[in-house]
Amino acid sequence: MKNKPSVFSRVFMALVFVFLYAPIFVLIVFSFNDSNSRSVWAGFTLDWYVELFKDQQIIDALYTTLAVSALASVIATVAGTFAAIGFYNMRRRWRTPLMTVNNIPMMNADIVTGVSLCLFFVAAFGLWSTVASWLNANLGTALPTTLYLGFGTMLVAHITFNIPYVILSVMPKLRQMDKNLVDAAQDLGCTWMQAFWKVVVPEIKPGIVNGLLIAFTMSVDDFVISYFTAGSSTANLAMRIYAMTKKRISPKVNAVSTLLFVTVLALLIVINVREARQAKAEERRKAA
Amino acid sequence: MAKELIRLSDCFVQFDDDIILDHINLYINDKEFLTLLGPSGCGKTTTLRLIGGFLKPTSGEVLFDGERINDVPPHKRAVNTVFQKYALFPHLNVFENIAFGLRIPQAAPGEKKKRKLPESEIQQRVMEMLEIVNLKGFEKRSIASLSGGQQQRVAIARALVNQPKVLLLDEPLGALDMRLRKDMQNELKRIQQTMGITFIYVTHDQEEALAMSDTVVVMDGGHIQQIGTPEDIYNEPKNAFVADFIGESNIIDGIMRADGVVEIFNRKFQCLDKGFEKDEPVDVVIRPEDVDIVPEDQGQLRGTVTSVTFKGMQYDIIVDFYGFKWLIQTTDFCPVDSRIGIKIDPDGIHVMKKSQYSGMFGDYSSYSEEYEEISDAEYDPEAEEEQEDGHEE
Repeated sequence: MKNKPSVFSRVFMALVFVFLYAPIFVLIVFSFNDSNSRSVWAGFTLDWYVELFKDQQIIDALYTTLAVSALASVIATVAGTFAAIGFYNMRRRWRTPLMTVNNIPMMNADIVTGVSLCLFFVAAFGLWSTVASWLNANLGTALPTTLYLGFGTMLVAHITFNIPYVILSVMPKLRQMDKNLVDAAQDLGCTWMQAFWKVVVPEIKPGIVNGLLIAFTMSVDDFVISYFTAGSSTANLAMRIYAMTKKRISPKVNAVSTLLFVTVLALLIVINVREARQAKAEERRKAA
Repeated sequence: MAKELIRLSDCFVQFDDDIILDHINLYINDKEFLTLLGPSGCGKTTTLRLIGGFLKPTSGEVLFDGERINDVPPHKRAVNTVFQKYALFPHLNVFENIAFGLRIPQAAPGEKKKRKLPESEIQQRVMEMLEIVNLKGFEKRSIASLSGGQQQRVAIARALVNQPKVLLLDEPLGALDMRLRKDMQNELKRIQQTMGITFIYVTHDQEEALAMSDTVVVMDGGHIQQIGTPEDIYNEPKNAFVADFIGESNIIDGIMRADGVVEIFNRKFQCLDKGFEKDEPVDVVIRPEDVDIVPEDQGQLRGTVTSVTFKGMQYDIIVDFYGFKWLIQTTDFCPVDSRIGIKIDPDGIHVMKKSQYSGMFGDYSSYSEEYEEISDAEYDPEAEEEQEDGHEE
């Protein structure tokens, strides 16, 4: 038996990578193509990128994407961190099944999450409308009785699907932490909150930052869930790109897709480098 | 007379259906070195956590200086703890670890407003502590770069710098090797005497308990088995559990025939114990070092040597008397299979009332296994975790 991979498996691996990356490569190359054609190379240009930033719809979509991603990842990180601490303090009997419940939404098909959130919002709006009209009639308030899908619902949806990722990234850090650290801090005069800020947060910070980055990445490139929860007047970049492909496809699509790809790639590289570093640090700590 | 500082009054602790502490009564004097000694799961750590404030008793009272402190949170108690495996803060250096408690703003007694200590005072007190625990020059070092013994010292300094009235120590030497343990035992005793404060010390190591303590509290199964000085505990164990847990002992069934006369193996022996019913069945403890070996025909009991182990200071020999195996420590060499006689002085015999532990300990037929069991008595981290999971409820 030789240990080297056979020629066949090498070729096979190469094919896998070609199929995975060739489309993206083509997309990137043609985003610099000095022609409307999607198949003939006519020279290098940055015109499509310039035009991109002249397109108000795309600028709006970019703004929406950044705003939703930033808000959703920050809120999900705070909520997810506290949720992880709650899980951590539970007895194992409860913790294990609840962690499974936490993991299911990540495995769930986006389309199911999207449709169910959409239906949930619509149902909640219906209920709200009844409550609001009753309040308006009986207490003289002037609450809006009709609510619409939009930025707010998309934000709530993003927070919802981000939280499990944050929990999953914070949990291992909590488990690595010495169980007595919080007791020790309280013993030395801290209230629970002080102990949390002074001892727990520094210990689990790498997990929190990673959770934030993962959440941000998930939000930036989400299409399906946003599509079902953003309503008709709001769109993020992914939705904008989809809308553009419905008409005659302009190479601007290539340019904006390339930007999205590069952003997500950069974020993923940051996350992976951080995780590799933490793993190394952890090994060193164990070796010491 | 020493002044009473802490009292546990009828403390009962239960998690789910498990009774962890069963109506414990205990008082601790000011400036005392008190050790809670027992096997893992006996309730010693739970008792410590009651005093530290990490746990409330299901019923009963914890009193500090005569005041009920059941509901006082840990950060408001004049008590500091040295935790198992130290629980140092990895993200802070040695100096900041020790200064941690001093940097938390606290209200002076009788005042509402919390204030910070001036930086100069923090500097001075941390430096003083570093000197006391022999860690001068280590203040800038990271925790990860310290050896186990050094981390131990930081943990002690971090607790003591807050000038607690009581220091709680939870198996503080458990993670250190033998040599270092001995050094740290002396060190701890010295620190306790220098600082003049109360130490409450939890351990499963009986040698450690005997060497360091003013008072030893032996616990098992959520009950206090005996409270006394190390000498009392060793010489006058209350029941078979204590006799077996503290040092080596042969525990034999006997019958008290009269004051000062106990019958073992149908032979009467002189002893010093009094106050038992006539013909009351009792447990008799005979320490391996209290047995004199004599020629067979002069012995009060006669038996056959079944094994000999050379221990440096002495031989540990196992002798079969009428089917009951005794451990005897002697400086005389007796070959295996030889017949010997033994004599026991009246003060070498200790009579105890029968208890739930009667018949469970004190026979050395499985001597070698028992030795292994003792060296394996380190804590099992998994079991410990389960126990702590319980604590959090």
